[in-house]
Amino acid sequence: MLIYDRSRPGRRATAQAPLAMPEVTDIPAALLRRSRPTLPEISELQAVRHYTRLSQKNFSIDTHFYPLGSCTMKYNPRACNSLAMLPGFLARHPLAPESHSQGFMACLYELQEMLKEVTGMHAVSLAPAAGAQGELAGVAMIRAYHLARGDLARTEILVPDAAHGTNPASAVMCGFKVREIPTGPDGDVDLAALEQAVGPQTAGIMLTNPSTVGVFDRNIQAIAARVHAAGGLLYYDGANLNAILGKVRPGDMGFDVIHMNLHKTFSTPHGGGGPGAGPVGVSARLEPYLPVPLVAFEADAYRWLGEPERPESIGRLTAFGGNMGILLRAYIYARMLGREGMRRVSEFATLNANYLMARLKTAGFDAAYPQRRASHEFIITLRREAKELDVNAMDFAKRLLDYGYHAPTTYFPLLVPECLLIEPTESESKEDLDGFVAAMVAIREEAQTNPELVKTAPHTMPVRRLDDVRAARQLDLAWQSQGQQ
Amino acid sequence: MPFVPHTPDDIAAMLDTVGVASIEDLFDEIPAELQIGELAAIPAGMAEMDIARLMQSRARADGQPLCFIGAGAYDHHIPAAVWQIATRGEFYSAYTPYQAEASQGTLQLLYEFQSMMVALTGLDVSNASLYDGASGLAEAVLMAVRANRKVKSEKVLVPRSLHPAYRSTLRSIVSTQGIELVEVPFDPRGGHTAIEALDALEAQGPYAALVVNQPNFFGVLEDVDALTDWAHARNALVIGVVNPVALALLSPPGDWGSAGADIACGEAQPLGMPLASGGPYAGFLCCRQEFVRQLPGRIVGRTLDLDGKPGFTLTLQAREQHIRRNKATSNICTNQGLLVTAATIHMTLLGAEGLERVAAACHANTAHLTQLLCEVPGVEPLFDRPVFHEQVLRLPAPAADVLRSLAAHDILGGFDLGTDYPELDPAALVCATELRTEDEMQSYASKLGRIIATGTQAPRPVAPAP
Repeated sequence: MLIYDRSRPGRRATAQAPLAMPEVTDIPAALLRRSRPTLPEISELQAVRHYTRLSQKNFSIDTHFYPLGSCTMKYNPRACNSLAMLPGFLARHPLAPESHSQGFMACLYELQEMLKEVTGMHAVSLAPAAGAQGELAGVAMIRAYHLARGDLARTEILVPDAAHGTNPASAVMCGFKVREIPTGPDGDVDLAALEQAVGPQTAGIMLTNPSTVGVFDRNIQAIAARVHAAGGLLYYDGANLNAILGKVRPGDMGFDVIHMNLHKTFSTPHGGGGPGAGPVGVSARLEPYLPVPLVAFEADAYRWLGEPERPESIGRLTAFGGNMGILLRAYIYARMLGREGMRRVSEFATLNANYLMARLKTAGFDAAYPQRRASHEFIITLRREAKELDVNAMDFAKRLLDYGYHAPTTYFPLLVPECLLIEPTESESKEDLDGFVAAMVAIREEAQTNPELVKTAPHTMPVRRLDDVRAARQLDLAWQSQGQQ
Repeated sequence: MPFVPHTPDDIAAMLDTVGVASIEDLFDEIPAELQIGELAAIPAGMAEMDIARLMQSRARADGQPLCFIGAGAYDHHIPAAVWQIATRGEFYSAYTPYQAEASQGTLQLLYEFQSMMVALTGLDVSNASLYDGASGLAEAVLMAVRANRKVKSEKVLVPRSLHPAYRSTLRSIVSTQGIELVEVPFDPRGGHTAIEALDALEAQGPYAALVVNQPNFFGVLEDVDALTDWAHARNALVIGVVNPVALALLSPPGDWGSAGADIACGEAQPLGMPLASGGPYAGFLCCRQEFVRQLPGRIVGRTLDLDGKPGFTLTLQAREQHIRRNKATSNICTNQGLLVTAATIHMTLLGAEGLERVAAACHANTAHLTQLLCEVPGVEPLFDRPVFHEQVLRLPAPAADVLRSLAAHDILGGFDLGTDYPELDPAALVCATELRTEDEMQSYASKLGRIIATGTQAPRPVAPAP
């Protein structure tokens, strides 16, 4: 039932609005609204009950194992939320003067410094609001760098076929053409194909390492040398930073620019689709182009550096400099982890992934790259099950929901058929991983004995499988009152 | 080890299953020379009680000054229920609802949000959010250039009275795609965008779109009907940049002019999001039905399940980067879902009448504050047109000095316009939302009077002890 269906004319949550309604006399009638917008008319209890019940229709990290590959669905410590929501932080206006901002700015400055250290980059800007905006900023910096050098012929960005869709989309938003590079049979970038593609038209390459097929590209130094030799720059998509945190640094691999997804590696909440935060780090030659604002420490005080102080910057990406409350959460998380804890993140994320892959292989499932170590995630391909049992990866994913597990990422990356991209994260226990293996085995047995049960799953969710074709053909994107229909 | 549950026995059993001797061995495909030792510059870990002490002291260090700054972020009442529900783990720690059957809570809520934004803006469809108002406007401009089939132009008219940070964000995001932003000056007496200013730019056209902000950055109300009709007569699309609380009172973009605006966007922060130093907030973006396939970002649709029961799912995904890759309408993926959760609960609790009360109270408070401040010699409104809930005041002393002196008394007296609008200097943009009391406004006025009478003084920021 929609909140609108609970609405009754004249009902209100009166405690929530000012008691008085001053008359507006000085605004011309033509500029005023002629009738009130149709918002729900609801009591406070009804609203609380409606949205509490809606929340209960969600799977979440707090309630379920959520091994969504490349999304790093790990525990979001509650302290990060409650401390970022201290009244002093919540009430601070974004344009408050530096005299009233030193405590807040100290957190941002130290976060910048920690992110520099853990990524091996020369400088960091916290401005991008999410990973995709970090990519946009990163590619824009690559563009600015070439333009500043008068190197105008570099019109192409190389992107491996396993990359996240945001990579090619971000490159196009910066005016580049995208050239796709295939992945070799062992999961590493196909070096011969790279050799063919790279040249004087290459502005840069966007790489995720470990990649979305769940392996660390062993040739990364050769790739960096080849692209740099051709005058291109290397972009690091930090979506999988959780796999190498505190072990290996993108800066040491030769990357010129990176973004981090703080809502993945630094455990800020995913919030049902955001907010994220996508800070960017750069090598020295890209430092002048960083998006603003930056926080500097000069003469015993923290200062904002904006466009006037940073004339070569690619500029602002949001009105007020970024998702500040998310940056605070990441800062708190980073301080709780400390240097040892950061290293353990990647160690135990990798242990969990390799353990889960080993157990699923032993149970008879096919790993897409069985000869390789898993990074923090790995791919199971259900091609054999789809052929022999006529039950595909989507069916397994939906049936997992009935077993109380959120589905892994399905059908991504596109180059592996019938794939499940599985990322357990470091915060899951051995028992939870064992439970997931048991569910996968049970579902395969069902597929053998009662395939309809799997093909029509889920059966225990608030709704059964939804008609996506109908959703796209008969668009119903907003509630309309009876009179409007 | 914080947030890692493994016991020594677990670790031994797991390594045995994998067939390696140590966790180090799991990294043996990474070239040895790339592996690092200790991260010396990162401090040792902290227990929750220790980080709590640190964060409390930092929050305290910044004080709780009295806020008369608006300038795009507004200090409104937020019902206690909003964030208590939004931070329930089921909303807080879920992700993008790719598995619709296990995400009906988030999906239905997004559909309700879309419905409410459609009601507020008077347009046909809404997406499920963008990062913030400024980056949302950039997406709206890109969308308008794609969607305008009558005028093939990459020029867009942008008023100088638009928020400076929005203009700057717009430049950063759209300039790499060949779009030319043409600035429309504001009327020096009214602070509004005059039709004559547009006429003077007509010869440089044609234009794909005109940006109309209501109210504009100066708080001034624009003649939205005339601006909309001017643009439509020249086949330019109209992008409304609107404050959602103001929309409870003001004519919605869908009603502007004879045909209505084509696209509306803005900052959803006034709908239940704390000031929080500038974010996370949420951008909204609505449009007419005919442009729905050009709309960027997530969109939720209502459909039926196998049993014919209504349910909700992400739809029109062929617009998006995870399907269309380099042909997508935008690169946006993660957006501002949790803030939309807050905004939806907020709008439900306030309702149309509650939001109208908030809007009217802000309007009245700002008028009253203006009156009080203008009793100080030399302080006067700079523009003569009606405003919503902000006012530009001319000051009799350098604005930066006056505001710094007020800050020394824990009063954030407004936004200094001198940097972005040197032609208005010395002037400040002030705002009094429904939260400002008579005492607070009186206190501001009396301190301003004293500062103007006795001269300004400037405190120097000092970092807190580590």
